[in-house]
Amino acid sequence: MTAFLQLSLTPLLIGALVAATCALVGNFLLLRRQALLGDAISHVVLPGIVLAFVITGAVAAAPMLLGAAAVAVAAVVAIEAVKRLGRVEPGAAMGVVFTTFFAAGVLLLEQTDTSAVHLDVEHALMGNLESLVWFAATGPGSLIDPAALARLPSELPRVAAVAVVVVALCWLFWRPLALATFDEGFARSIGIPVTALGFGLVTVAAIAAVAAFDAVGSIIVIAMFICPPAAARLMTDRLGRQVAWSVVFAVVSAVLGYMLAGYGPLWLGAQDAVSAAGMIAVVSGVILALAVRFGPCRGAPRRG
Amino acid sequence: MFWQALLLQAGYNATLVTVGAALLGVAAGAVGSVMVLRKRALVADAMAHATLPGVAMAFMVMVWLGGDGRSLAGLMAGAALSAGCGLLTVDWITRKSRLAEDAAIGAVLSVFFGAGIVGLTVIQTMQGGRQAGLEGFLLGATAGMLWADALVIAGGGAVAVALVWLLRRPLLLVAFDPGFAETVGISPRRADLILMALVMAVTVIGLKVVGLILVVALLIIPAVAARFWTDRAGAMVWIAGAIGGAASYLGAVISTLAPALPTGPIIVLLAAGVFLVSLLFAPARGAVPAALRHRRVRALRQAAP
Repeated sequence: MTAFLQLSLTPLLIGALVAATCALVGNFLLLRRQALLGDAISHVVLPGIVLAFVITGAVAAAPMLLGAAAVAVAAVVAIEAVKRLGRVEPGAAMGVVFTTFFAAGVLLLEQTDTSAVHLDVEHALMGNLESLVWFAATGPGSLIDPAALARLPSELPRVAAVAVVVVALCWLFWRPLALATFDEGFARSIGIPVTALGFGLVTVAAIAAVAAFDAVGSIIVIAMFICPPAAARLMTDRLGRQVAWSVVFAVVSAVLGYMLAGYGPLWLGAQDAVSAAGMIAVVSGVILALAVRFGPCRGAPRRG
Repeated sequence: MFWQALLLQAGYNATLVTVGAALLGVAAGAVGSVMVLRKRALVADAMAHATLPGVAMAFMVMVWLGGDGRSLAGLMAGAALSAGCGLLTVDWITRKSRLAEDAAIGAVLSVFFGAGIVGLTVIQTMQGGRQAGLEGFLLGATAGMLWADALVIAGGGAVAVALVWLLRRPLLLVAFDPGFAETVGISPRRADLILMALVMAVTVIGLKVVGLILVVALLIIPAVAARFWTDRAGAMVWIAGAIGGAASYLGAVISTLAPALPTGPIIVLLAAGVFLVSLLFAPARGAVPAALRHRRVRALRQAAP
């Protein structure tokens, strides 16, 4: 029990929170045909995070969030500019911008002395979910012991706060967001600021990506933006239920993936655990494959 | 040192790697032009990320068979196999469900990449696996490459360039007008298959040079940059090839001087620099010449009574 509290509780909680947050935002991105924006954003935030580190000299949450959000918005503007000026299709415009930003981020990171802090390219990709341990826990009593709780990994309160903000924003803007997603013309005609709403969504996605990125790496972020909402889309025709399904799928992926990565190799007789981030992505992929094969609403939307 | 490397005087291996990178860049620019015109840019990204589990599997199989697991040809074969699986999965998801292609691309990209990362962590725990150096496939690593590996890259790049040259007409015809191509006896389905095979070849050859995360940039950026210089598809293919080749050549040269830096980001930033110049200053469609023309026309109109 103590071992579980020390080693597994916080990674599980952080993984599940991050997965659910990304999946929540991902539903709207998916329905707006912007599924790959999540992918682009998680590449693009890297230079923002590195820049924030270069300027402040510390791995602090607030400047990193600011830097990443600023760079994400700059990337969206750049994609729009390339699309208009170059008259190329959106996919190619996105490809130009996010690969360039990512390349710049990688080189900046390699040039910066980050040996004192935990910040490198592999960490950015895979995260360090396994290392978010809570050694202050001595038993179930620690869960109500303020001194022990104060020594929880700082990532946990951070991702929890972002999760609360994202849920609150989705709840607050549910109706305009749903209207703008399904019928942009109508939403515009009744006075909903559709463009601002779109920008807001991208910004929220960027914030979710950054908060998650630090704790779990960008693979989980990309997978959770897309796979759980895509699987949920094949389960129902109603937006509310789709969002609920996606959150369930995301949490199941996080918990099952973490468990399989930690204990799966032991069952097979191997000694070491495998990457939890990778395994969580794989589990979400398996769920999506099952939904594609058996989901009740996998075909065209039902009428009536 | 820079001039030596630039003029191919920095040793046989470095020379072969640089020439190989340049050939790869030409092939990538040319294939990428057709791909961008055919609107398949991001499918290539999914394929590139989907190579990782194949690389990991190939390493494990080769070690299991008693080899040292680092043979580039073997790893490339594994990469091609799993990239093909990724492509088929994108196709399967879009055919069997109502999900759009972009969702299928994102799902394949992240899930295959995740599986590859799991594979890499398995390899790290294998005996002798720690020195595998497979991380070089993520962002490219050309410095200190083996002669045999450099030969594979240079040879593969040359074959890819030759194939694009031979197949340019049918591919471009289908990219522009699939209906017309069909009437003159070119099957769009077959042309698409050939296109994706070429994209896969560039991706797999580019693994060691550019890395799988950024190889898609070498396919897209030169093509989009070339679009600013010409309105003719035939010319665009070779302008893009020239941009891709120059960026890769220079990137490989810089990489011999800074071996600690990953090669992929250097090449991509060089290509992005050419793209930015094209976007702003290309005479045909660049932003600055267009604005100047606009002003001149307005001045003329005001001058006229």
